[in-house]
Amino acid sequence: MTPAQTEVSQRRDTSEDPQDRTPVISVRRLWKVFGPKADQVPDSEELCGLTRRELMDRAGCTAAVRDVNFEVSPGEVFVVMGLSGSGKSTLVRCLTRLIEPTAGEVVFEGEDIRGADPRRLRELRRSKFSMVFQHFGLLPHRRVVDNVAFGLEIRGMGKAERTKRALEVVELVGLAGYEKSYPDQLSGGMQQRVGLARALAGDPDVLFFDEPFSALDPLIRRDMQNEVIRLHHEVGKTMVFITHDLSEALKLGDRILIMRDGKTVQCGTGDELVGAPADDYVRDFVKDVPRGDVLTLRWIMRPAEPDDALDGPELGPDVVVREATRAVLAAEKPVKVVEHGKLLGIVGDEEILAVVAGQEGGA
Amino acid sequence: MAIAVQKPEKTDQVPRSAAPAAAGRRISRPMVVAAILVAWLVLFAVLRGRQTLTLAAADLTGLHRWLNDVNDSVGANRNSNPLFLYFFNEIRLVIDHLVTFVQSLISQPTGTRPVPQIGWLGVVGLTGYVCWAVGNWRVALLAVAGFTFLGLQGLWQQSMDTLALTVSAVLVALLIGIPLGVWAGLSDRFNRIMTPFLDFMQTMPTFVYLAPLTLIFLIGGASAVITTVIYAAPPAIRITAHAIRSVPETTVEAADSLGTTRRQQLLKVLLPMSKRTVVMGVNQTIMAALAMVTIAALIDAPGLGKTVVQALQSLDVGTAFNAGLAIVVMAIVLDRVTTAAAAREEATRRSGDRFLKWRMPLLAAGAAVSAVLVYLSHTYVWAAEFPGEGSTGSHIASAADTATTWMQDHLSGLTNGFRDAITNGLLNPFQTLLTDSPWWLVAAVLIGLGVVLGGWRAGVIATVCVGLLVATGLWSDSMTTLASSVVATVLVMLLGATFGVWMGRSRLVDRLVRPTLDAAQVMPPFVYLVPFLAMFGPSRFTAIVAAVVYAAPVAIKIIADGVRNVPETTVEAATSAGCNTWQIITKVQLPMARSALTLATNQGLIYVLSMVVVGGLVGAGALGYDVVAGFSRGELYGKGLAAGLAIVLLGVMFDRITQAAARRTRA
Repeated sequence: MTPAQTEVSQRRDTSEDPQDRTPVISVRRLWKVFGPKADQVPDSEELCGLTRRELMDRAGCTAAVRDVNFEVSPGEVFVVMGLSGSGKSTLVRCLTRLIEPTAGEVVFEGEDIRGADPRRLRELRRSKFSMVFQHFGLLPHRRVVDNVAFGLEIRGMGKAERTKRALEVVELVGLAGYEKSYPDQLSGGMQQRVGLARALAGDPDVLFFDEPFSALDPLIRRDMQNEVIRLHHEVGKTMVFITHDLSEALKLGDRILIMRDGKTVQCGTGDELVGAPADDYVRDFVKDVPRGDVLTLRWIMRPAEPDDALDGPELGPDVVVREATRAVLAAEKPVKVVEHGKLLGIVGDEEILAVVAGQEGGA
Repeated sequence: MAIAVQKPEKTDQVPRSAAPAAAGRRISRPMVVAAILVAWLVLFAVLRGRQTLTLAAADLTGLHRWLNDVNDSVGANRNSNPLFLYFFNEIRLVIDHLVTFVQSLISQPTGTRPVPQIGWLGVVGLTGYVCWAVGNWRVALLAVAGFTFLGLQGLWQQSMDTLALTVSAVLVALLIGIPLGVWAGLSDRFNRIMTPFLDFMQTMPTFVYLAPLTLIFLIGGASAVITTVIYAAPPAIRITAHAIRSVPETTVEAADSLGTTRRQQLLKVLLPMSKRTVVMGVNQTIMAALAMVTIAALIDAPGLGKTVVQALQSLDVGTAFNAGLAIVVMAIVLDRVTTAAAAREEATRRSGDRFLKWRMPLLAAGAAVSAVLVYLSHTYVWAAEFPGEGSTGSHIASAADTATTWMQDHLSGLTNGFRDAITNGLLNPFQTLLTDSPWWLVAAVLIGLGVVLGGWRAGVIATVCVGLLVATGLWSDSMTTLASSVVATVLVMLLGATFGVWMGRSRLVDRLVRPTLDAAQVMPPFVYLVPFLAMFGPSRFTAIVAAVVYAAPVAIKIIADGVRNVPETTVEAATSAGCNTWQIITKVQLPMARSALTLATNQGLIYVLSMVVVGGLVGAGALGYDVVAGFSRGELYGKGLAAGLAIVLLGVMFDRITQAAARRTRA
């Protein structure tokens, strides 16, 4: 796992407590089981309890998604992270019913998607959500602009109108000048920009990303991640992002759901995962993350003791450790962590150095 | 090499070469095979000449007479039986109309017109224009030159007949094949239903369709087209289905996620993306149709094939060569044009918009020019009938005759020596072994080999096939044919292994040889007979050599691909372990390409069997002769039909056994 990039912190400013608003998507008790007796598994308490291997032996089934619950707020970037085979790609396909879920609810803007008939489902796909795929899924026989306009074309939009809209989006994703190229004339990163433009063209409410950058070179991947962050700033769409790369998850995600064997292991913000891993699996995962880049002062402050000097500088509890380092080390007295005028605790050189120097602990 | 072990001469080597494999099992498979073959040899020595079920050429069995009766009663009730009246005759009528229409356009005089509606100038012009429109100007030139050459050969009308039948058959085949292919591409269930049918149709030797179809559709152009459709539609179905299925899943999913309907999915995603492959399927269909149309000469289809057959029957090498050359020219033209059409889309995309602007006006101008040419050829005799006496053709014929005579005078020592060596050294002993053993002994050996090589299911199929072979009453002829086929397949595999390994190991050789193989594969099987007839005269051996040459390209290609597919790292590892070239070939590349070898054996045998009947034209005898004689002589009709069935049975039996063996080696 590559170390998290330095951009982690800037994300925090844009997510103004999305939890307060009503969710765009809420997923409840979602199951996807593959196999001959798939329907029986979620209802049977006995089968639910089995491990993957036992389930295969007993019922001949594979449970790709097991009893997953989460909510995504408007404007949030929600990341689902897991290693290959953890069920994350199946999960995201269940959300748009590209794969039919076995049991549970997927409520989108108050409507249970599982109840939608094919016509309604098509309508939703055409106007409400769209998806970016790992292997792009572009149409090789169409030019870039026609690929981008494809979603509009199948809605029945007129040629002039859809071309105009497509050109705008092509411009937005930074592909101006390549409108007339064919996909196989573009690099992987540029092809994925086309995929992104195609998803944006229909002005959907929610964007789903299925490991969109896994097939790209590291440098291009970083560019594309920044591009997503920029687009999120500009268009403010709700995004559900699938990845197997923790640094990508930390960089992009307002909240992160970690999956293993189809089950949710932990769901929370990046600093929660690093600061308070739910179990050894998560702990092992986040072990190599530079903690100073992710943790905030809230995670490292200690209660003020009577002999502490309380006339040092003040900082907020959500300031990332790395950014506070210089201020704390420069100050001669411990820094006070203050929220809404209330003293929460103090941070001295020791606490900062413990994190920056990479010592274990705190979790 | 499943076939090689059937050669009795090699029995002693088999267990030794396979000794390492035996470590795992108590009795290895090659040892069982060897034991079976040794037991056969011993019993042969004791029981030679008893219960051989031989049947003289003019003798008939009850089954043959019954089939003759069926033929007669079908003939008598053709216009009263409702099945014929409302179904088969209707089909025949529709096809007949189509064929007659196309023929009246380009090849046959109609009504009061002494010449077809469009004369040579119109056909050549139109062909050039169409080739340019769907391909490029180079193939258009090739097509114009090729068609003009056909006229110069003095074979204009025959060529146009062949073209008319081919075009009609291709039209019908595509009309049926592409929709079925799309369906099979979309629906898993339909695909599962179709696949065994297509497999079966493709393993059937070409000729076998002919006899039963003449029973239903009579002989002539219409039934030739129907036969051809049956033969040429499967590739179109298969390739279309394959094209639809190989559209990347992500793309389909992406389209799905954008909310496409099924119809939009098909029209905007699946069909455009599979267009290129489907055009390749069209190419295969056209080449298969041309091959079959020429063979259909045996059921009185007009065209070049008929000229070849008549010349072969009178052993007139010159004429056969001239007409064969015309078939080759036509095959090359059709193949190049459709290949260019498949590559076209790509080319225009690369060249950008520069030409697109000019394309429409140019196309319109071309259309106008060809319309004028068609009009001229419709109106004036000089443009309707190909000028000249076809003197080029007679030059070619006499040159071929001279060459043949020269070869027979000067090279007969060499060619005859080669022929006799193979015939006496390999073919005759093996044939004697097969035909002079008691039938039940050979049957037991075949079933035993089936079980050992292919498993119990293959054994069951072998049992059924052997039983039916006995029932056809043509056991002895079948064994003669089997001997020739096995010898031919062994030769094919030797050639295939040699060239295949060479091509698999050297990119240069591959680049040089592959185009030749590709070209050889598109030729109708007939064409191969002519030069070998010139070299070796009419004999079993001529047929075997023609079959080997016909089947070798497929086997070579399969083996070359198998060797090429051995992972580079494995070869590298072997090289770094100090293997020499021979060791790499025998210990790494060939064993790892084993399933390719089995597949090549399978395909080789199928191809050889489909040449068996054609070989009957040049003295191969046995089943091939029975079939050919069945077409021409009414009292042998039933026997010919039974012989066709026997060829199918041999084909099915070996196809199943080798495929089962291939599955085992892969597992």
